[in-house]
Amino acid sequence: MTDISKASTVSSSFAPSERIALAAMIIFFALAPLVIYPFFLMNAICFALFACAFNLLIGYVGLLSFGHAMFLGVAGYVSAHTAKVWGVTPEIAVLLSVAASTTLGVIVGSLAIRRQGIYFAMITLALSQMVYFFCVQAPFTHGEDGIQSVPRGKLFGFIDLSNETACYIVVVLVFLAGFLLIHRTISSPFGEILKAIRENEQRAISLGYKTDRYKLMAFVLSASLAGLAGGMKAIMAQNASLTDVHWSMSGEVVLMTLVGGLGTVFGPVVGAFVIVAMQNYLSPYGSWVTVIQGAVFVACVLVFRRGIVGEISHLLGKPL
Amino acid sequence: MFGVSTQALFGQLLLGLINGSFYALLSLGLAVIFGMLNIINFAHGALYMMGAFCAYFLLNWAGVGYWGALLLAPLIVGAIGVVIERTMLQWLSGLDHLYGLLLTFGLALIIQGLFQNTFGSSGMPYAIPKELTGGQNLGFMFLPNYRAWVVAFSLVICLGTWFIIERTKLGAYLRAATENPGLVRAMGINVPRMITLTYGAGVALAALAGVLAAPINQVRPLMGADLIIIVFAVVVIGGMGSIMGSILTGFLLGLVEGLTKVFYPEASSTVIFVVMTVVLLVKPAGLFGRSA
Amino acid sequence: MKKLHAISWAALLLCASGAAFAQDKNVKIGNLNDMSSLYADLGGPGSTLAAQMAIEDSGLTAKGWKIEVIGADHQNKPDIGSNIARQWYDVDKVDVIVDTPNSGVALAVAAVTKDKNGVFINSGAASSDLTGKACTPNTVHWTYDTYALANTTGKAVVKAGGDSWFFLTADYAFGHALERDTEAVVLANSGKVLGKVRHPLNTSDFSSFLLQAQSSKAKIVGLANAGGDTTNSIKQASEFGITSGGQKLAALLLFITDVHALGLNVAQGLSFTESFYWDMNDQTRAFADRFSKRMKNGAKPSMVQAGVYAGVLHYLKALEALGGNPHDGAKVVAKMKEMPTDDPLFGKGQIRADGRKIHPVYLFEVKKPSESKGPWDYYKLIATTPANEAFRPLAESECPLVKK
Repeated sequence: MTDISKASTVSSSFAPSERIALAAMIIFFALAPLVIYPFFLMNAICFALFACAFNLLIGYVGLLSFGHAMFLGVAGYVSAHTAKVWGVTPEIAVLLSVAASTTLGVIVGSLAIRRQGIYFAMITLALSQMVYFFCVQAPFTHGEDGIQSVPRGKLFGFIDLSNETACYIVVVLVFLAGFLLIHRTISSPFGEILKAIRENEQRAISLGYKTDRYKLMAFVLSASLAGLAGGMKAIMAQNASLTDVHWSMSGEVVLMTLVGGLGTVFGPVVGAFVIVAMQNYLSPYGSWVTVIQGAVFVACVLVFRRGIVGEISHLLGKPL
Repeated sequence: MFGVSTQALFGQLLLGLINGSFYALLSLGLAVIFGMLNIINFAHGALYMMGAFCAYFLLNWAGVGYWGALLLAPLIVGAIGVVIERTMLQWLSGLDHLYGLLLTFGLALIIQGLFQNTFGSSGMPYAIPKELTGGQNLGFMFLPNYRAWVVAFSLVICLGTWFIIERTKLGAYLRAATENPGLVRAMGINVPRMITLTYGAGVALAALAGVLAAPINQVRPLMGADLIIIVFAVVVIGGMGSIMGSILTGFLLGLVEGLTKVFYPEASSTVIFVVMTVVLLVKPAGLFGRSA
Repeated sequence: MKKLHAISWAALLLCASGAAFAQDKNVKIGNLNDMSSLYADLGGPGSTLAAQMAIEDSGLTAKGWKIEVIGADHQNKPDIGSNIARQWYDVDKVDVIVDTPNSGVALAVAAVTKDKNGVFINSGAASSDLTGKACTPNTVHWTYDTYALANTTGKAVVKAGGDSWFFLTADYAFGHALERDTEAVVLANSGKVLGKVRHPLNTSDFSSFLLQAQSSKAKIVGLANAGGDTTNSIKQASEFGITSGGQKLAALLLFITDVHALGLNVAQGLSFTESFYWDMNDQTRAFADRFSKRMKNGAKPSMVQAGVYAGVLHYLKALEALGGNPHDGAKVVAKMKEMPTDDPLFGKGQIRADGRKIHPVYLFEVKKPSESKGPWDYYKLIATTPANEAFRPLAESECPLVKK
C-alpha cells in the first residue's frame, strides 16, 4: 500500500484505538446478556442508536436539534401500528417507520436548516411540539394509552422474535449496522465537508460547497436513523407511547450524548447506557431520579464537559 | 362571528391579556438574562415555582401575608439566583449557549425533584388576599379583582424594567457591559458583579410572577415545568434579548392563545409554536429583535 | 440430594393441608406507582405502606410465610411502566403488581402481566377497559372505574335537579371516556348536555373554558379531568364566581388528597364519587389511624390506598386457601374470584368473572369549613349506590372472559 492510498483510506476506517473500542463493545454485547437482563440491554441499545443518530448532527455538523424525539416517536407509532393493526412482519414495519421518519426529516430539515445556532434549536422544538400535538389528536396513536401489546412477530416470516435471544441478536445487528453507517458517513469525504461546515460555514460556501444541501442530507440521515431506533424499539418493547414524542425525550437524548461525550464515536452509546440504567435501576427512589439526573447534568457541564468517553479519550490522547 | 358572540369574544380577549401578563413577566426575566449573560435560563420555570412556594412558606411559617411576600419572595429567590450565578453560571462565560441551557435544565430538574420529595405533588392552597377578593361585573364577563390587579401590576413592573434598562445610566452600563465588557471595566465598573446582580434581578422577576400566580394556581412543584417551554417561545418570537419585544409578545401571545381557546381549544397549547415557526422562518431575529 | 428430598418430604408431611406439591411460601409484591408526580399523593409510597399493612394484618408471617413489598416509579409513562413490570416478573420474581394509577400505564402492565402469567391487582387506574375489552384472566380491578364514577355522580346529580350539563374535559383518552360515560348516564336520566370543551392536559389557566361553561347557563359543570387540572379548574371556578353564580361543579374524579390540597374554602359544596372514605365506621377509622401514624405527612388513606390494602389482603387469603404460592397468576386470580371478599374497609363483596371487584359506591359532598372538625374531616355522605348497580353490568361487558 502506498502512502497516498493509505492516507485516503485511513480516514474511512477506524483508528486503532477505535478498533479496540469497537471490539470491546461487540464483546460486551455478546457477553452482557449472560449477566444483565436482556430486555434492559435491548432498550438501552435502541436508545444508543438514537443518541448516535443525534450525535451525527450535533457532534459533526454542529446543529443542536431540540426536537429529535419526533423522529423516534413517530417511527415508533408507525411500526407499532403497522405491526399490530395491519399485521405486517417486523422488518416491513421497521422499514415503513424509517420511511415515515425520513419523510418527516426532509420536511423538518428543509425548514430548520435555514436557521443557525439557537434558532435552529428553537425551530426544531416548535415543529416537534406540532408533531406532538398531532400524536395526541390522531386516533391511531390512542392518546396517552399508547399502542400496547404490539406483536413482535416473525422476522422475514420465519425468525420468531418473541424468542428473547433471537430478538436480542437482531437488535444488536441492526444497531451495529446503524452505528457503522454513521461512522462510515462521518469519516467519508461527505463527513469531512460536514466538519468543515461546522468549523466555518462561510469558508465552506466560498469553497463552492452548497452547504445547505449537505446539512439537509445530514439532517435527513440523522432523522432516518433515529426512526430506525424508534421503529425497532416499538417492536422490541411491544409498545409505542407519547413519552417518545414529548419534548423531554428530546432533552434526554441531549443528556445521553453529553454524558457520553459530544462528537465522540462511542460516547453516545456509553451515555445512553448510563442514562437508561439510571432510569431503570433508580426507579424505586421516585423523584430522586429527577434530582440525580439533574445533578449529572450540572456535573457534566461544570466538570466533565467532554463527557465520559471524551474524558477517557483525552486522558489516553487517542480518539474514541 | 363563527357562532361566538362579540361579548364572549371580548371576555376571552381580556382573559388572554391576563395570561399574557404572566408570559410577559416571565419572558422579560428570560430576556434580561439572555441579553446580559447570553444564557438561556431553563431554570426559569423552577424559579417561578420557588417564588410561589416562598410566598406559601412566608405565610405559613412566618405569618407574612401576600403583600409582604410580593416584596420578600423575589428578594429571597433573587438571592438564591445570585448564589447560582456565583457558584455555577459564571464558569460558563465564553462557552456555547448549549452549556448554559443544559446547566440550567439540570438545575431545574434538581429543584423540582427536591420540592416533589418534600412536598408531594398535589400542591398547597394559597388564598387570594382579602383586599382583592370579589370582582366586577363588566357586562360581558365577570372580572375577578385579583386578575385585574395582576394585569395592572405586571404592566407596571414590565414598563419599569424596560425603563431602567433602556433609559437610565445603569441600563446603559448594563447594555455596554454585554457589548464590550473590557471597555466598561476600564471605566471602573465591576462587570462580574453587575452580571451577577442582573441574573438575580431576572430570577426575582420569575419569583414575582410565581407569587402573583400562587393565588390563582395551586402552589405545586411542577407548576413551572411546562410553562418554561411556552415562555421560551415567547422570547424567541419577540426577539432574543429584546426587552420591549418580549413584553409586547407576552401580551400578544396571551391574546392569540385566548382566541384559540374559543375556536380550537385543544390546540391552545400548540398555537404558540405555530406562531414561533412562522416567525422564525419569515423574520428570524424575532418580531422586535435587531437582525442578527 | 437425597438429604434434600428427605427434608422436603418431611416438610410435606408436616403440612396438614394435604396439597400434592411442595409448599412455597415466598411472595413478592410490587407496588408499581407514580412516586413523583400528580398521582404520588393518592397512591405512591402510601400504597406501599398499605400493602405492607395488609401483609401484617393477614397474619401469614406468623405462619411461616415470607412476604415482601417493593416499589417503583412508573413516571406516568406506559413504556417505562411495562418495562419495569417485565423486569419484575423476569428478574425480580415478583408475583403480583398492585395499584398502578394512570390508565395508560395500567393497560400496558395488564398486557405484560398476562404474558408473564402474573397477577395484577389494580386500584388506582380509572379506565373501565381494564375489566372491559382489555380484561385478562390475570387482572383484578379493585377500587373504582370510569363507569362507576359516571354512573354514581351522573345519576345522583341529575336526580337532585342538575339536569343540564356542560363538560370541561381533559383532551386525552381518560377524559374522553369519563365524559362519554357520564354523558350517557345524564341522557339516560333525561338530563341534557348543553356543551363541552376539551382542554389540553396540564393546563394552568381554565378561565377561558370556565367562561364558556358560564355562558352556556348549564346547571352543572362536569369536570372530566384529573389531578392538577381538576384542582386548578375548581380553584378558578370559585374565583370567577361560577359557583356563587348558581352553577354547581361536579368533579367526576377527585380524591381526598385533592380536597386536602384545595382547602375547604375552595372545595366546599363539591360533589363527587368515591368508594371509600376513612371516616365511614369504626373499622375504617381504626385503619386510617394506624395508616396516618406511619405516613410521613400524617395523611389519611385515599380510596386508592385503601383498595391496595384490601386487594392485597384478599390476594393473601387466596394464597393461604391454595396452601402456598403456586406462582401461577391465572390460578390465583381464579381462586380470588371464587372466594367472596370480606375486609374491614370495603366490607363484603365479590370479584366478578371479568375481574371487576364489586362493592357499594358513594356520592360525597365536601363539607363547609364550619362543619369540619379539623384536618381530613371533609366529606358528608349524600347517596349510596348499591354494589349490584354501581358497576357496569356483566350483560353489557365487552370482556371476552364473560360467557354470555
